[in-house]
Amino acid sequence: MRHALLAAALVLTAVGPAHAQKKPAVDPAIVDKALKGSFATAAPDWQARLDQDETQKLCSQYRNAPPRAVAEAMIAREKANIAYPADGKLMGDWKKGEGLAQSGYGWRFTDYPARNANGGNCYACHQLDKKELSFGTLGPSLLEYGKIRKFTEAEVKAVYERIYNPHAAIPCANMPRMGASKFLTVDQIKDLVAYVMSPESPVNK
Amino acid sequence: MSAHPSLAVLALVLGLSTLAADVRAQDDTEKEVEKYRQMLKADPWSNPALLDADRGEALWKEKRGPKAASLEKCDLGKGPGKVEGAFAELPRYFKDADRVMDLETRIVWCMEKSQGFDRKDILKRPYSKANQSGTELEALATYVASKSNGLTYTPRLRHAKERQTLAIGTALFYRRQGPMDFSCATCHAESGRRIRLQGLPFLGKPEEARKVVGEWPAYRVSQGTVMTMQHRIADCYWQMRLPLIDYGSDATVALTMFLVNQAKGGPITAPTIKR
Repeated sequence: MRHALLAAALVLTAVGPAHAQKKPAVDPAIVDKALKGSFATAAPDWQARLDQDETQKLCSQYRNAPPRAVAEAMIAREKANIAYPADGKLMGDWKKGEGLAQSGYGWRFTDYPARNANGGNCYACHQLDKKELSFGTLGPSLLEYGKIRKFTEAEVKAVYERIYNPHAAIPCANMPRMGASKFLTVDQIKDLVAYVMSPESPVNK
Repeated sequence: MSAHPSLAVLALVLGLSTLAADVRAQDDTEKEVEKYRQMLKADPWSNPALLDADRGEALWKEKRGPKAASLEKCDLGKGPGKVEGAFAELPRYFKDADRVMDLETRIVWCMEKSQGFDRKDILKRPYSKANQSGTELEALATYVASKSNGLTYTPRLRHAKERQTLAIGTALFYRRQGPMDFSCATCHAESGRRIRLQGLPFLGKPEEARKVVGEWPAYRVSQGTVMTMQHRIADCYWQMRLPLIDYGSDATVALTMFLVNQAKGGPITAPTIKR
């Protein structure tokens, strides 16, 4: 499974846009300076959000189509920061997961002081429960995701990892690193895994 | 934790939410907007943004500020006082400021230099709240943009700083950052995608950029007020979990330069009416 994903990821990178390899038209340091200077009135802890980590830098540079060696190193690096539940249980409560999948709350500057728990906002980009018609299409449809994959343990683990840190499977994925960024807690991710992978979840009905 | 002192105000201005109920209502809103569009075809003067354009024209011509001057000597790039067609060539390099400026940045500059207003005062309230008439800046921008209605974008890239601004804007469009790893391209780099039910323009593709970039400033039905490109960009960065971007900042000008170049040759239909 892991190898299949890696192979798929590398195929994707191989057919990436031709301009991805081009030398940047402007020094990234100049771009960073222009951006930083454009948030001059923001507080320092907020300005820090503009700083890129290695993965963000590389995905920007290669426009999400990193060459093979860069992609492999990224997978290894991102995989290393995935934390697993202490009790080893990867599935929580799918009902709570449903609420999290619906909510886009959290970490916008209008979300402070926090009035709600952060939400996974899955429906912004994915189809899940077939009864929910208001779904986005930036990501693939996850309709019957668990059912199609026969609810296997390996697939449950893959979903946990994908939500925690998608770059560990798909380098330069569009999806946020919900666990690695600490945007969602391990328990929240478990609830989302249950929503996607539990046979009782409406996603699989 | 607060990104900016006036965030409470902006929170109301943005007033956006991804709550499911709101998004479900979006489909209905889109139908309502379509009704509006049909009405506009029958009567182009029924667009509420034209009230802002009219008010902007009055503000442009009125003697105001510590210098009791109008903006009629303001050089938007085609010479002092020339408003017609100016928007179609913006952003551009201005020698007096030694900077590339978009329309809104230039309006602030003229209000400072010609009328003697204090920059802090001008920028105290750049964006209107929902269901309010446009701010002075919005009205002025809507007026000037409306004077390029019917023209096409003809960005100039003659000055080195104009070319540099375009390069920075392009890089910013693809730059991933913030706690969610978003770039503009996360949402705007493929055709036919949506967030919930809201369609997203593929701004990396000139054919699609040409259809939408020239629509701004626009009257937004869901907000009941006019929205400019500065505000539009600020909203995207808000959603990216970044702080409030400074009005007229280099990044906003650079992104506008990128968008206008993507939309090169596309029609300027501003002010239009949007969801």
